[in-house]
Amino acid sequence: MSVTTETTYSSASQAMPIGTPRHHIIIFAVLLGLLLIAPFLLYPVFIMKILCFALFASALNLLLGFGGLLSFGHAAFFGSASYVTAHAAKVWGLTPEVSILLGTGSAAILGLLIGALAIRRQGIYFAMVTLAFAQMVFFFALQAPFTGGEDGIQAVPRGNLFGVLSLADDRTLYFVVLAIVFGGLLAIYRIIHSPFGQVLKAIRDNEPRSISLGYKVNRYKLAVFVMSAALAGLAGSTKSLVFQLASLTDVYWTMSGEVVLMTLLGGMGTIFGPFVGAAVIVTMQNYFASFGAWVTILQGTIFVISVLLFREGIVGVLSKWIKKPL
Amino acid sequence: MSAPDIILSARQLTKRFSGFTAVNGVDLDVERGTIHALIGPNGAGKTTCFNLLTKFLQPSAGTIKFNGRDITSMAPAAIARLGVVRSFQISAVFPRMSVLENVRIALQRRRGDSFDFWRNQKVLNDYDAEARERIEEVGLTEFIGETAGELSYGRKRALEIATTLALEPEMLLLDEPMAGMAQEDVSRISALIRRISAKRTILMVEHNLSVVADLSDKITVLARGEVLAEGPYETVSKDPRVIEAYIGAGHG
Repeated sequence: MSVTTETTYSSASQAMPIGTPRHHIIIFAVLLGLLLIAPFLLYPVFIMKILCFALFASALNLLLGFGGLLSFGHAAFFGSASYVTAHAAKVWGLTPEVSILLGTGSAAILGLLIGALAIRRQGIYFAMVTLAFAQMVFFFALQAPFTGGEDGIQAVPRGNLFGVLSLADDRTLYFVVLAIVFGGLLAIYRIIHSPFGQVLKAIRDNEPRSISLGYKVNRYKLAVFVMSAALAGLAGSTKSLVFQLASLTDVYWTMSGEVVLMTLLGGMGTIFGPFVGAAVIVTMQNYFASFGAWVTILQGTIFVISVLLFREGIVGVLSKWIKKPL
Repeated sequence: MSAPDIILSARQLTKRFSGFTAVNGVDLDVERGTIHALIGPNGAGKTTCFNLLTKFLQPSAGTIKFNGRDITSMAPAAIARLGVVRSFQISAVFPRMSVLENVRIALQRRRGDSFDFWRNQKVLNDYDAEARERIEEVGLTEFIGETAGELSYGRKRALEIATTLALEPEMLLLDEPMAGMAQEDVSRISALIRRISAKRTILMVEHNLSVVADLSDKITVLARGEVLAEGPYETVSKDPRVIEAYIGAGHG
């Protein structure tokens, strides 16, 4: 896809050693260590929000940074999964793990439908097709009877995990969310570093050449689109249990924009960039909330600065400094 | 002499773009084991021909046969799988992957489709030894860990050839392999093409006539989308129509 130019990519590609680089394992371990003690130092719901958006942004990054496909409609997957999980937990009274699986599954199916049509177009047209479908999903969420329209689905019960462990306590829920998100991040890491991931990067780098080597590129694109949609759905489902709410904000196009912003700010095509980007944006929204509408302006300014000064994103720049893919 | 063994043949190959015929009724026979060059002035339809033969463009009319099998309606990836692999005018490497990874992505094709996203890419290490051999062949061993996008132009072309050869194609289509190359690179790639032609068939578009004269067994001259002349270099280069086309184009 040509929308993503080479210069905006991070330098994460420096002669990637084959196998898992040790510094990646160390970073994952340190990250996990920090996240394990975090709920005892900070407000758990705040960190859970960061975690959900980190997974959401990482899912988008899988598609954008490694598949070279810019989706501008990822809120459709995040939001629809959020609604399905909320509905399953509240109306059907299902356990949280089943509700989350249903939400994730719905996002995957929706991803298959939208992806199958969107991958026929390239570049900016691809982005526009995803946006158009996401708007249709938004409209559906606004009109459908079970979504609660403007109110959304409120007071979603967190329920008991596997029917036994109550998630009502924030800290208990936190460790479940941590397991889900960390599992999701590791899954993405593996996808990127699999034989499939290699082909994906080849297609991102040079699509005609990949075809001339005999790869059926559309199948790979569709596969990564569905994976990305499902993981975005997993993030949305988890989020609806954390906040006990599924609302129109989750499916609105600004949500799609926000997750693109997080990915770019952190560093697209890097492993840890989306996490950093999500943490920065969520923190800003949280601590600057008193500024009201100014948060949006602040976000815009940061975005402009990041595009002008460090196009590779925070982690992309770091990666260049230490000359190691991050 | 026995009947020539034709590996790739096109009959009445035609491509019309709205109102403009880029390739018009071209007949082409490429004999197995030869180096066949496609030359002609700018805009003669050489690259379009290439795109048609590899199905990167859909012909408006005509048929293409590879090893006697009609491939006219096949998808480009399927044609590559049959063993007809093309290169591109602009060097076609995977710029953000290492030299080793570039070649390995071709070797990886032997696994069939790689949809196993759950498996560690370490399984691909099985191909490293062979990838190293291919890289050695084109003299890029010292750059093996380098990012392909940072190689010099000539080395990118060499890497591209190594990648293509890793597929062990029966037939190679090289689109201007020497375009934009420094003289020392030209002779190196020339030697490389000659070496690899031992076991396979090569069809190439090339502007550098001394390379064409040096390498090719047979030349087809295209002008305005049609075949103007065909034969060995000595015959073709003396053909008055060919001289006319080249000089005419030079002044046009």
